[in-house]
Amino acid sequence: MDKRTKIKAENVDFFYGKTHALKNINLKFYENQVTAIIGPSGCGKSTFIRLLNRMNELVPHTNLTGKILLDGADIFDASVDAVEVRKRVGMVFQKPNPFPKSIFDNISYGLTVNGVKDKNFIDDKVEESLKKAALWQEVKDRLHESALKLSGGQQQRLCIARTLAVESETILFDEPCASLDPISTAKIEELILELKKDYTIVIVTHNMQQAARVSDYTAFFLMGELIEFGKTQEIFTAPKDDKTEAYITGRFG
Amino acid sequence: MKRARIKEKIYQGIFTVLAFASLVFLVGIVIVLFKEGLPIFKRVSISQFLFGQNWYPTYSTPEFGILPLILASVWVTLGAVIVCVPLGVGSALYLHELAGHKQRTILKPLVELLASIPSVVYGFFGMVILTPFLQNLFHLPTGLTALNASLILGIMATPTVCSLADDALSYVPKSFREASFAVGANRWQTLTQVVIPAAGSGISTAIILGMSRAIGETMTVLMVSGGAAVIPHSYLEPVRPMTAAIAAEMGEAPMGGDHYHALFAIALVLFLTTFVFNIVAEFISRRFRIKLGLSG
Ligand SMILES: Nc1ncnc2c1ncn2[C@@H]1O[C@H](COP(=O)(O)OP(=O)(O)OP(=O)(O)O)[C@@H](O)[C@H]1O
Ligand SMILES: [Mg+2]
Repeated sequence: MDKRTKIKAENVDFFYGKTHALKNINLKFYENQVTAIIGPSGCGKSTFIRLLNRMNELVPHTNLTGKILLDGADIFDASVDAVEVRKRVGMVFQKPNPFPKSIFDNISYGLTVNGVKDKNFIDDKVEESLKKAALWQEVKDRLHESALKLSGGQQQRLCIARTLAVESETILFDEPCASLDPISTAKIEELILELKKDYTIVIVTHNMQQAARVSDYTAFFLMGELIEFGKTQEIFTAPKDDKTEAYITGRFG
Repeated sequence: MKRARIKEKIYQGIFTVLAFASLVFLVGIVIVLFKEGLPIFKRVSISQFLFGQNWYPTYSTPEFGILPLILASVWVTLGAVIVCVPLGVGSALYLHELAGHKQRTILKPLVELLASIPSVVYGFFGMVILTPFLQNLFHLPTGLTALNASLILGIMATPTVCSLADDALSYVPKSFREASFAVGANRWQTLTQVVIPAAGSGISTAIILGMSRAIGETMTVLMVSGGAAVIPHSYLEPVRPMTAAIAAEMGEAPMGGDHYHALFAIALVLFLTTFVFNIVAEFISRRFRIKLGLSG
């Protein structure tokens, strides 16, 4: 089975000042597949996925070598605008972070900043995104209330809807369920499986069951290094590296 | 274990006493203001006092209308706001958005230092440099005018506004910014559509506190406003704001006389004004924290 590579990291090294946070990472993300990134706290998972949409540029004193290819083109090339990369590679964060605006405005924001003016189009897109994020039923009668009044799980689905509205091709999830209850978590996992049809998905998680449930591929990071990458099923049933096995069986981390 | 507990109790005691003492001082000041200020209203009615157009406290038939003083304060404060809001908020935005990390670590303490320069220094600067400059520029009989006071007060309040507005900007959670960038917004859009609205009430608080600093400022105003207790018609005339009147006249007003009580009543007006300002500022900033989901 040959799958198209959507994103490819080639010899990526990354530094925060003198901290060597990522060491020679080579990794592929296949199109329309869910890839989970697992590993103990501080091993560089967030750092890595924040490179994929150039979010780490907001942190001063960092240094990167190597390449990250999106559809074969290096996103760090001097001719590429970070804003364009972020439109194509959306991100959902660990803590739900809706803007202190209305539910509607939270979603339309991504459209208006990208130059969409057509009101009807925006209305439709807001509805469509909320439906895709399985939130429409719960909020359709209060679109103009503050998003901060929603529950944590609803806020996180709103953040997903916000990302969907922009029509990116890839979505990065950084521990999207870390602050959610089991029911909200289940909803979001269901959603991720649904979104897989249209998106390439990368999800960082500390929850082994979650990685096993939602992902097709799994990458195991340890202290800034990629230890093992492979089909989720294989990683969880027959890991090649002892460290991977130790981690997923809960013997450390 | 026991010692630590005793120590803790002692600290607690000291801080309670200190907090209590400052409360006592505050209450004491308020009582004195009322006690010394209210007797003037046996001579003139409150509306005569507030809206009377003549401030002739030392005439043989004295008049105690403080409208000229109130208007002078209002004019000078408004003028100062026009100066300090764009300067203060603008420099806060610069510090926050454009200045690099290095620049920021130098500039921010510098701004805070500026805020702590004694007002007499600003006043001196106004007298020696601004006064002749304005006099020549507009061909005035004197450069000590409402304009001069506005400019100096505005410059003086700028660091306060800048520092507080910068704080307000820093309170905006990083996650809002990240969320905005993540949907493909650029820096300018993020700043104007997410960061500034989120910091909006914090910035308003900064402006109000800057204003209350301008209203309550005495020394500078005394030095550069010119001192004429007449209703102002233009920024190029000398004026006598409330603080200047109190500072200049308290020494010569016989204790316990009408003039003396009138000055206390002016102080009362000032006190109530700044009190209201601060309450409003507190109210807005509380709403701001709630809006950002920070604990109230
Ligand atoms: N902004 C930063 N400045 C300096 N060092 C950082 C910064 N962010 C992360 N680091 C360091 O980089 C390393 C990797 O951090 P990262 O946040 O990527 O880990 P993580 O795998 O996402 O951990 P967690 O599971 O706790 O989220 C850590 O050693 C961390 O201390
Ligand atoms: Mg992380």
